[in-house]
Amino acid sequence: MSEKLVLSGNHAAAHACKGARVQVIAAYPITPQSPATELLSRFVETGQLNAKYVCVESEHSAMTVCIAASSTGARTFTATSANGLALMHEQLHWAAGARLPIVMACVNRAVAAPWNVWTDNQDSISQRDTGWIQLYCEDNQEIYDTILQAYKIAEQIYCPVMVCYDGYILSHTLMPVEIIDQNAIDEFLPPFKPYVTLDPDDPKVLNLVTFPWIRHDHPHIEKFGGYPEIRYKLQQTLRSSFDVIERVDKEFGEKFDRQYGIFKEYMCDEADYIILAMGSLASEATVAAEILYEEGYTVGVLSLKLFRPFPAKQLATFAKQSAASTFIVIDRNLSYGYEGALCTDFKAALYTHHVQKNVHGYLLGIGGRDVNVDQIMEIVHKSRKAIEAGQLDKETEWINIMK
Amino acid sequence: MSKKLLPRDLPEEELIYPGTRACAGCSFALAYRFALKALGRRTIACTPASCSTVHAGMYPVTSLQIPMLNTAFESTAAALSGIRAALDILGKKDITVLGWAGDGGTVDIGIQALSGAAERETDMIYVCYDNEAYMNTGVQRSGATPYGAFTTTTPTGKRQKRKNMPAIMAAHGVPYVATANPSYPIDLYLKFKKAKEEFKGKTRYIHIIAPCPPGWGFDQSDTIRIGRLATQCGIWPLYELIEGKLVLSKVTRDLVEGKTKRKPVKEYFRAQTRFRTLSDEDIQKIQKEIDRQFETYKSL
Repeated sequence: MSEKLVLSGNHAAAHACKGARVQVIAAYPITPQSPATELLSRFVETGQLNAKYVCVESEHSAMTVCIAASSTGARTFTATSANGLALMHEQLHWAAGARLPIVMACVNRAVAAPWNVWTDNQDSISQRDTGWIQLYCEDNQEIYDTILQAYKIAEQIYCPVMVCYDGYILSHTLMPVEIIDQNAIDEFLPPFKPYVTLDPDDPKVLNLVTFPWIRHDHPHIEKFGGYPEIRYKLQQTLRSSFDVIERVDKEFGEKFDRQYGIFKEYMCDEADYIILAMGSLASEATVAAEILYEEGYTVGVLSLKLFRPFPAKQLATFAKQSAASTFIVIDRNLSYGYEGALCTDFKAALYTHHVQKNVHGYLLGIGGRDVNVDQIMEIVHKSRKAIEAGQLDKETEWINIMK
Repeated sequence: MSKKLLPRDLPEEELIYPGTRACAGCSFALAYRFALKALGRRTIACTPASCSTVHAGMYPVTSLQIPMLNTAFESTAAALSGIRAALDILGKKDITVLGWAGDGGTVDIGIQALSGAAERETDMIYVCYDNEAYMNTGVQRSGATPYGAFTTTTPTGKRQKRKNMPAIMAAHGVPYVATANPSYPIDLYLKFKKAKEEFKGKTRYIHIIAPCPPGWGFDQSDTIRIGRLATQCGIWPLYELIEGKLVLSKVTRDLVEGKTKRKPVKEYFRAQTRFRTLSDEDIQKIQKEIDRQFETYKSL
């Protein structure tokens, strides 16, 4: 029997891990992630979850424990934020390069300096090139559902998955969350079948030094790929993983009546302007869109869930079929010296697929500065006025900032 | 008393095959071979960036006959915690988890993960094979490089002393800490046996001197001799710290008791080119320190 609980985003994540029967958890405390791992340690110590909880001395070691435990055949989980994620950076590459289906929660928080514990996406966006799948959530139910889906995705294609949700706005806000019946989860998510493990009965050395060239020199091996082939396979797997990600979501939808897609459309059909954003920022934008509609402006919202692998073709196809002249991309992150990461990627997607749209980038809510509906409405009006004035090539603008 | 163990009495089975990528005259490869004879096939090893990464071979072939996980430089002991946690939850109980890291990966970049794993009382045998510098990257100074030694980053000789890592591990409350020397393979073998059997389930730390022909500047045929000299002159005493209590191993105990004569440290220093800038006065000072240390051993 499923049950409905009122949970914070962090506790929703912990309940999802319990449902997924995670076997090894390693985590290091950091705000605003800590309540997720505190609850998991309670599940383990009270016997509600048959798992090992390793209290590591750093985030680097947390990811290392996950890597080693996953290499030994266990289903693993960790969670972190901001500087903790940055400290893991080396091991994020390692996990993806070693093709380990680790799932982690990134509770999005601004990265120091200066110190700041509030939300933005700088932490996870800074890790976008490590080979992890990145999924962003809009509410606590989505956090719960996405973690369950993440294991199923990760273990089918042997790639790690990062489930991202905004600090405080989701991590510490209570919402009703439906907890799925354990038997139903077990039916959806079978036990982890590792591809290769550290096993004395079948000894293998993992992550050996690998040459840049293709080896022909071994008598028992006709031809063996080098480092580039291993990395090529990772890229091919990620670029062809959209089917798996959508299939898992569809199966989840059929079983549990909730389906998310790789992006969610809201009031986009007749819209002149479409806001593209991720996470809780996208939910906030839907409220702005409703008010603007009452004021006579047709504005849609596209909430991107899957940021890596980047669904360039899907977004470009959507844009091509859309009546909107202008896409307004709101980023809560910044590639310093340029613009928001989503804005850049979206523009590249349109260019690649020969779709001509106006794309205006905005930066909002950096370092957890409050985002409200008025600001999003202001953004839409700025873009509308620019277009009406014939200014099509508007550069990225930082909103609600003391200049 | 049981019969004295001889090399021919050790298990014949080799868990490291010939054709490793180690340099000629490499001592840690020898130590590894004897350690695995003691630990046996039911072992999972883990190695950070180091000479032992190279030693294992290049993808897709390896000389190792046990499973081994290569991991990032600073992460060996954390990886051991992860392997052990997974084995525990998967119900695999009869497997030894072995860390095999160099001195840089242990006393410098890996000390945090090692300290954490020791504090968590991880069921592991952690080995530091100590060639006293970053040899795999071309002989740079480490926290284990001894006073006076030339490295490529101490071109006029290191001005500081090395860390006492066994003492640091003992201070964590690690119940079995030992030093070993591949020039004394039976002693080394027995320490691994003891670690595996008498301290099963606990954190164990073994620190092995690893004379390095290219890094230390001696001929590759002299590895065993240099290793012996290190212990015979008192620079590398062989001992165990059992629950913190110092127990000298026979070779070193014989030196303390005068059954064998301790050699002058000068003989050890002058047999290697890395100490060429070490002055005779410095050598005398070090000799006095070693003499004092052996006096304290006498009072045990």
